[in-house]
Amino acid sequence: MSDAVRLIEIKEEIHADNQRLAQGLRCQLEEKKTFLLNVMSSPGAGKTRTILKTIDALRDRFRFGVLEADIDSMVDAELIAARGISAVQLRTGGFCHLDAAMVAKGLDALDLDALDVVFIENVGNLVCPAEFDTGAVKNAMILSVPEGDDKPLKYPLMFTVSDVLLVNKIDYLPFSDFNLEAMRERVLRLNPHIEIFEISAKTGQGVEQWAAWLSREASSFIGSASRSSRPRIGKFLDTSRC
Amino acid sequence: MHELQITERILDVVLKHAAGQDVSKVVRIHLRIGALSDLEDEWIQHYFDYLSRGTVAENAQLAITRTGAVLNCQSCSCSFEVKREELGRAHCPDCGETGLELVAGREYVIENMEVL
Repeated sequence: MSDAVRLIEIKEEIHADNQRLAQGLRCQLEEKKTFLLNVMSSPGAGKTRTILKTIDALRDRFRFGVLEADIDSMVDAELIAARGISAVQLRTGGFCHLDAAMVAKGLDALDLDALDVVFIENVGNLVCPAEFDTGAVKNAMILSVPEGDDKPLKYPLMFTVSDVLLVNKIDYLPFSDFNLEAMRERVLRLNPHIEIFEISAKTGQGVEQWAAWLSREASSFIGSASRSSRPRIGKFLDTSRC
Repeated sequence: MHELQITERILDVVLKHAAGQDVSKVVRIHLRIGALSDLEDEWIQHYFDYLSRGTVAENAQLAITRTGAVLNCQSCSCSFEVKREELGRAHCPDCGETGLELVAGREYVIENMEVL
């Protein structure tokens, strides 16, 4: 053995394995005709309530399921199951995000043949979930008015990887200095393709328009089994198509 | 945040590439991390030091190069690099448009490693 330092070339992307697994999941979902939506936000932005309100709006059109991620509690899953919706609780055991392997495990516990749309309620966190492809067909993020209009400047990655942004709690606008126009401009400078909906999951304002978007996306995915879809989180890596 | 999980991946990849290569010690690992990563270099090294104990990569130094975020202008198709803090405020240096798409800045690439 020589004492000289040698260089070993590696050139490996750390997320490549997760990326492959996520793309495999999307292929599986395409076969099962199940649309998977990854919902991300900070804690308290209204994920659970928005999901419930959305299900209420589209209950006659789709059969819904929910994967609930929480660091260590079952509160949200119980709330959803109490409404008669298939819910699986994924306890992340301290993890700050979900990855494709955890989502695959959660989907195994659901009967996908009996479901059209499954929501992932990701861990409440604006940083980590943005880095991991979950295998979802689309990514949605919720920003609530009390959090402030500067969040696109502080957490750019989350806004970059989302296909749709729900600005929730707009019923708080009159009591807030949240500047919708400034927020919109900041978001579009990060992601010109993002769809933005202003909603209040509490009063129901704007939910119809958002539900129409989801309905369109889900119908198009379910209806075109041959189409391959990649969400924005995965778009930087060349993952094989189905 | 998730430094631990990322560091585990780094170590896995390093040990995989060291296996069968007659490596007695990994001296330095070169990583390229995009500007949008929120992970702290110092913490990645701390976790690495902890996880790599008893392996050939023990005491290896992580040499992290941060790459800038690259935006692509939707209107004139030019690409340009911006600093992280300019994201959300940037406009195209050529045509002034603000419809910009991120095309690079999220990488976590292990480039190579120096070994004995």
